[in-house]
Amino acid sequence: MIYLELFLSFLQIGLFSVGGGYAAIPLIQEQAVEQYGWLSMEEFADLVTIAEMTPGPVAVNAATFVGIRIAGIPGALTATFACILPSLILVSLLAFLYYRYKKMSAFQNLLSGLRPAVVALIASAGVSLLLQSVFTAGIPSVEGLQPVALVLFMGAFFLLRKFRWNAISVMLVCGGCSLLIGLLTGAVPVGAAG
Amino acid sequence: MRTGAEEEGDPFLKIVGERARNCLRLFTCMLYISSFTFGGGFVIITFMKRKFVDELHWIDEQEMLDLTALAQSSPGAIAVNAAILVGYRVGGAAGIAAAVLGTILPPMAILSVISLFYAAFASNPYVALVLKGMQAGVAAIILSVVADLGTNVVRSRSVFRVLLMVAVFIAAFFFGVNVIVLILLAALAGVLASIPRHGKGREKR
Repeated sequence: MIYLELFLSFLQIGLFSVGGGYAAIPLIQEQAVEQYGWLSMEEFADLVTIAEMTPGPVAVNAATFVGIRIAGIPGALTATFACILPSLILVSLLAFLYYRYKKMSAFQNLLSGLRPAVVALIASAGVSLLLQSVFTAGIPSVEGLQPVALVLFMGAFFLLRKFRWNAISVMLVCGGCSLLIGLLTGAVPVGAAG
Repeated sequence: MRTGAEEEGDPFLKIVGERARNCLRLFTCMLYISSFTFGGGFVIITFMKRKFVDELHWIDEQEMLDLTALAQSSPGAIAVNAAILVGYRVGGAAGIAAAVLGTILPPMAILSVISLFYAAFASNPYVALVLKGMQAGVAAIILSVVADLGTNVVRSRSVFRVLLMVAVFIAAFFFGVNVIVLILLAALAGVLASIPRHGKGREKR
């Protein structure tokens, strides 16, 4: 049953994305792309792009996007509820304990040990997204190399590292450059919309 | 004056009324913050601090730092976790409901609209070009975050942490090992490594 699958899948995303924001991305890829095939890698890359461009947590954005595409509005509500449910239970409990005892829990020590693994998982998802963006169909090959995307990636990385640009500006510039280069090189003729 | 009469009214109703007003206020604040905050959990926490600590004085500064640490180290989205903690503080269970709804409604509404139009949207050649360029940007953003986080792990000068990071990357990227299995194994490894070794006469850390 699709609602149960959505529920269990996003419950796991909510429960195991430790360290916020980007930590949810490898889990979404695992569940929605690899496990259930709800999204293609191309759609997943678009989803991460859209999530980065719009307000709100990546996991909530992904839950709504996947939920609606798989099972309409009820699907979106199911997936979103599932992904915040672990937080609702665990963090409410932590809030209660914090205000009762006013001290940080040992819980934090356990989770701090997870950080190196979370970094590695985000790196793995980041490299898959890079391959998806730079090579045709995401498979590394000399013929499939897309030079424009590679140059945009390197330019974006440079702006982020050297000049500490914020994410939204970098994405707007990348999107604009891609459109401009496409129009100038005739990859998409002017007036081809439809 | 009306306010005077209200203050002399039933104290129970007064408390309930104040709580309800605070919850409503919390809901509208979170709705506003969540609609206009781009760029993830830490950014939204900064805005929440400005609103609830500096402006409304509902929470003191040290408390907000503690709540941030809790939100960050708990599973799930940082923004939702922070909303739960602030909500609990302001209005108990009703506060949690108000804060969480305020936080998730804007992204749900925006993504619903985008999802409904996604097929038409993505097949438009201009939009596809823009998305393609942005994908390269997103890959750069994520790997830049990884560079910062990875540097911190390397700077911790712990051979265990660096090896764990490398091993998890290889397992996830090259061998496609299940992400949840890797997280559970890493948590286990972290717990085992942090147990002090008795009998050897030296403590780690």
